[in-house]
Amino acid sequence: MSKRIDVKDLNVYYGDFLAVEDVSINIEAKSVTAFIGPSGCGKSTFLRTLNRMHEVLPGARVEGEVLMDGDNLYGPGVDPVTVRSQIGMVFQRPNPFPTMSIRDNVLAGVKLNNKKISKGEADVLVESSLRSANLWNEVKDRLEKPGSGLSGGQQQRLCIARAIAVEPQVILMDEPCSALDPISTLAIEDLINDLKDQYTVVIVTHNMQQAARVSEKTAFFNIAGTGKPGKLIEYGNTQTIFNNPAVKATEDYVSGRFG
Amino acid sequence: MSSTLTPVRSKRSALTKGQLPKYAPYVVLALALIVGAAILALIGFNAFGWGIVSAILFTAGLVGWSVVVEGSRKAKDKLATCLVVGSFLVALLPLISVIWTVLVNGVPGLIAPGFLTNSMNGVTGAYDNKAVEEGAPVIGGIYHALVGTVQMTLVATVISVPVGLLTAIYLVEYGNDGRLARAITFFVDVMTGIPSIVAGLFAAAFFFAVVGPGTKTGAVAAVALSVLMIPVVVRSSEEMLKIVPNELREAAYALGVRKWRTIIKVVIPTAISGIASGVTLAIARVIGETAPILVTAGFATSINNNVFGGWMASLPTFIYTQILNPTSPANPDPSSQRAWGAALVLIILVMVLNLGARLIARIFAPKTGR
Repeated sequence: MSKRIDVKDLNVYYGDFLAVEDVSINIEAKSVTAFIGPSGCGKSTFLRTLNRMHEVLPGARVEGEVLMDGDNLYGPGVDPVTVRSQIGMVFQRPNPFPTMSIRDNVLAGVKLNNKKISKGEADVLVESSLRSANLWNEVKDRLEKPGSGLSGGQQQRLCIARAIAVEPQVILMDEPCSALDPISTLAIEDLINDLKDQYTVVIVTHNMQQAARVSEKTAFFNIAGTGKPGKLIEYGNTQTIFNNPAVKATEDYVSGRFG
Repeated sequence: MSSTLTPVRSKRSALTKGQLPKYAPYVVLALALIVGAAILALIGFNAFGWGIVSAILFTAGLVGWSVVVEGSRKAKDKLATCLVVGSFLVALLPLISVIWTVLVNGVPGLIAPGFLTNSMNGVTGAYDNKAVEEGAPVIGGIYHALVGTVQMTLVATVISVPVGLLTAIYLVEYGNDGRLARAITFFVDVMTGIPSIVAGLFAAAFFFAVVGPGTKTGAVAAVALSVLMIPVVVRSSEEMLKIVPNELREAAYALGVRKWRTIIKVVIPTAISGIASGVTLAIARVIGETAPILVTAGFATSINNNVFGGWMASLPTFIYTQILNPTSPANPDPSSQRAWGAALVLIILVMVLNLGARLIARIFAPKTGR
């Protein structure tokens, strides 16, 4: 239930502005891949192109190919909604739907798409999704309470449960821990470790220790200067990137000696 | 054995030295009131002038005292406080005055028997003469006007809310600030400023042209009212939709939800409380319109339950005609009593609508809590 992603010569634009230039990367199925790099280098922008969330912003477009098990996401006639239902996303700030209960938040992907689901099936789906997100024990007694009443870390795990509930092939995480305290961060890192048994996980992070802890492969992005496009500098095993990088810029960045 | 030396406390702490005592404003106020009364007594006493003179004296006295004792910074603060409170009282004055006048004049009309349940059908000047000359009860009521107001406003709401809400959705979700969206925003702004009589003339002319000359029904008035309502609904809904965080839309998109379903199931429910209260305020805005109803629905003295046929009364036009053309020209008092009673009912309606808006906002507001 997970697919690999191969990106070929991808350029990402906001209007006429080239934000990310010429990225080619192969992301294995059932693995955790981390994107690291300084702010504004295009990691998040590139991540958003992987499930066509990029084009939600006005004027945004891409050139190149993103293949999911060989199928081009940007091929003619491909419906972005289909893409997004297979490639889920967790955002930087937890964003549970404020009008919905915890239970309805988990079922949001099903209910918002008006799919019919029996109460029994829904109960099973809610429990399994919340268990996968390590949240079940904390919320099982208050499933009907609003999701906005949870703590930040719990809300973020609720958002992960919501993403899992639609059974995607790939889960993209855009700095999922940047708004959380170390304990909640640990809970989510544990969760990422569990998730890679079933899903392909791609995570953007500013925290290099986190990248080193959770990922098998790491991609380093960098930017030559303001107004210049972001580029993929180096991509390889996390061990290699952190201990023995091939490019000087990578070494400077991971050792904190850049700039 | 340790003994602590407790210094003899002076009456006031060193930290609060150089401040006016707590009772200072009250003393100055009392003095200002007394001196103000004395000044006014010289030139002829009246309550309004007393208030003004006392307020000026109070401000001058308090600020002057403050300059001497506390220095200029605190004195400026006191001056600003006096100005802010004074402006607030000035703003409040007309409101209280209006409510008081309407209550005093309206209650006798409102409690007259049958005021809310009878129309003016068959009520002639003879009855009003009798009421004034022989002390008979004032008969006749506003039932027909109440029915008319409720029906016309309801139809206007049914027209305006879908149009206004859908326009707002287009502007916020689909417009992308493009040329069409900017044009719509511009024309909505222009519509907000349309004089209500012009809206009435437009509706009248439109129906004269489409249905036939002399078409005056409640529905025509409802169209006129909706011309006034639509921009208000668009504006308030637009603001409410704009403050829905983009993150919620993205969260829904990332779950593979289509845009229109996202709008219906996520954006609107999140904004519904603000939209509902905006709509209620828009209703409150048009319920008191007089001019557009006069030229579109005419006025009636009997009950007309059909919005689509015949002239129709409404509360504002009822007030207008009762004051301008009293039922008995020789004795206008009963008519004026009915007009004030109708005005009171109108104010109560608007107030209920405002309270309703708050209630709706609270009911629909996203629930918080653990």
